[in-house]
Amino acid sequence: MESTLPQTAPAGDKALPSDLVQPVDEGDELTQLHPGYRTVLRLQTILVFIPILIGALLLETALTGEQEVIPQGLIAGPLLVLAIILVIRLPQRRFAARGYQMSADRLRVVRGILWRSDTVVPFGRVQHIDVDQGPLERAFGIATMTLHTAGTHNASVDLPGLGEEHAREMREEIRAHIKRESL
Amino acid sequence: MSADAGAEGSGFAARPPGGGVEDAARTGEPKRTAPLSVVIGSLSSVQGAILPAIFAAVSTGGAGVLIGLGVGVAITVIGSLFSYLGWRRLTYTVGEQDIRVESGVLSRSARSVPYERIQDVSLEQPLLARIFDLVAVKFETGAGGADDLALAYLSSAEGDRLRQLVRERRDDAQEEGALEEGAAAGAETQAARGEEGETLFAMDTGRILTFGLFEFSLAVFAVLGGLFQYANSFFDFDDIDERVVEQVVERQGGWIFELGAYGQVLTALAGLVAVLFIGSATGIVRTVAREWGFVLERTARGFRRRRGLFTRTDVVMPVHRVQGIQLTTGWLRYRFGWHGLSFVSLAQDAGSTSHVVAPFAQLSEIEPIVEVAGFRLPGDNEDWHRASRKYRTDAIIWDSMWFFVAAVIAGVTTAIWSPEWTWIAAAGPFALGLLNAGLQALAWRFKRHALDETQIMAVSGILSPKKQVATRLKLHSVEIAQGPISRLRGYATVHLGLAGGEFSIPGVPLERAREVRAKVLETIASTDFSRLEGSGR
Repeated sequence: MESTLPQTAPAGDKALPSDLVQPVDEGDELTQLHPGYRTVLRLQTILVFIPILIGALLLETALTGEQEVIPQGLIAGPLLVLAIILVIRLPQRRFAARGYQMSADRLRVVRGILWRSDTVVPFGRVQHIDVDQGPLERAFGIATMTLHTAGTHNASVDLPGLGEEHAREMREEIRAHIKRESL
Repeated sequence: MSADAGAEGSGFAARPPGGGVEDAARTGEPKRTAPLSVVIGSLSSVQGAILPAIFAAVSTGGAGVLIGLGVGVAITVIGSLFSYLGWRRLTYTVGEQDIRVESGVLSRSARSVPYERIQDVSLEQPLLARIFDLVAVKFETGAGGADDLALAYLSSAEGDRLRQLVRERRDDAQEEGALEEGAAAGAETQAARGEEGETLFAMDTGRILTFGLFEFSLAVFAVLGGLFQYANSFFDFDDIDERVVEQVVERQGGWIFELGAYGQVLTALAGLVAVLFIGSATGIVRTVAREWGFVLERTARGFRRRRGLFTRTDVVMPVHRVQGIQLTTGWLRYRFGWHGLSFVSLAQDAGSTSHVVAPFAQLSEIEPIVEVAGFRLPGDNEDWHRASRKYRTDAIIWDSMWFFVAAVIAGVTTAIWSPEWTWIAAAGPFALGLLNAGLQALAWRFKRHALDETQIMAVSGILSPKKQVATRLKLHSVEIAQGPISRLRGYATVHLGLAGGEFSIPGVPLERAREVRAKVLETIASTDFSRLEGSGR
């Protein structure tokens, strides 16, 4: 089981081996995503927590008011602590749990912390490819690539957190492969 | 289509001679569907107006009848108006390269389907349409049933003519494509215009009745219940005097109480028999209506299935569109050897995702059909692999846990409030839990999968075994999924990407899962999608 894919290269710049023949193998290392993805996840978590914290503060003011039914900060305090933990810890774990492996004729996508899913899509079955960027992703230079297949399960397989140049390169690779094969 | 009501396997009207020239002159202009469709539309709205009219009449008392009639008439008129507008705005054009349908009362929608993309044309005759000799034409594109192009109600002669025309145009288009590549497929497509083929499977009246018996259904009670709910929204059942109800029960039911123990038991039995009878009758009626005149044929175009008493359907599925097969059964019918066969494909079959090809047959009848479709039913000497033993243990624990929890809760609550029931309340769920555990342990033996040179097969279930077979070449992706517990215990679920259906194998040991994936991918990666037969190229 020799590993013929490059190890984790410097962030965002991975030269794709174009004449790789070895199929993906379980023991090989997965390529990590672009670190910008981690930052985007953090920002998203923060954005999610802001309305929750505001709601908690409002609830507190409603409950305390003049009477001091509950001490100040009983609701908002733990929520704030929870938010800080989640913002720091969770994106790192989610980032580390994802990976992909691209060979000459197939793509393997791994995701999930608790519920792990390891999907392989051969290029010969890809119907079309999307490369999308949300506003946050655009700000940090990453993109999500989505492969669409004709199967009912995994009709779309997405791979977020790729550097945008890299995502476009991968898309061109896959397209070239499909064109070659269907001629 | 010269079908008479109830005729089985009736032939279709022969094409008028010189029809080709005639048709060439007709193409290109937008045409309307048959005007009688408006009549059908208003008849359906009359149908929809009856219940509200009745309830409006009953609930208002006094001048109720007039109001009820008014409501009914209003609904019918509005329905007919919309039906007419819809008819006026629906046009279809048979073009050189495609079929175009434009429709819509408020918002216009124009859809065009090129001939190469039409897999086949199916004809459907609901009951009302049958009375007027009209037919609904559906163009199957194999991209999924919900979006298929449908023309409601052309005259049956016109529908048949359209079907022939589309098939001709499609074969011409395919011929051109084949000629461009220098293939010699022209002769075969010429031969492929045949309508008739060999009958693979047919259900006669006796078989349909037997099928109906096994389809015991208490749906009629659900319908009555639904009507009751509907009626309740129109008038209040609480208004009915309680004393009146009591008197009725006393007068009618009083003699039951006087009968004594034997009499009561007999009456209960009679009630049970009545329920059984109603259930069986409902089952038989529904089955007869759905499966009357069931014929499955192998034509040059693929599998052709016709069935239906009130709504007659006529569907053709090309052989290469079949992605996989499913063999199902029920706990009771399995004892008698009855199975049902369905084909998995992207086309939809009246709402369900798999095409039912032989709903009620013995294995000896199913095997030839499976063979024609290009599959092989799994036998006993395949390379069977069982699910992981740890999966069995976890499944037993997880399923039975709920029963034991229920037993504990029941035991504790009854111990607090009514101690005399504790024994039964706790023992009941507990016994059920043990039974469940036993069944799960037994089911493990029957849950297995195998790979052969071209297929992947999975079997599961003890009481009603289900077999799934898919061609490896036609799969699209392979996923290995693990939850937190399965990761700990070393097994996974393999999800196969099948077009038009689900194929998952749970509880596979991780090593074996990877092996299965590697083998399947090897098969898939060797052939590009565009080279798969009939992938719409």
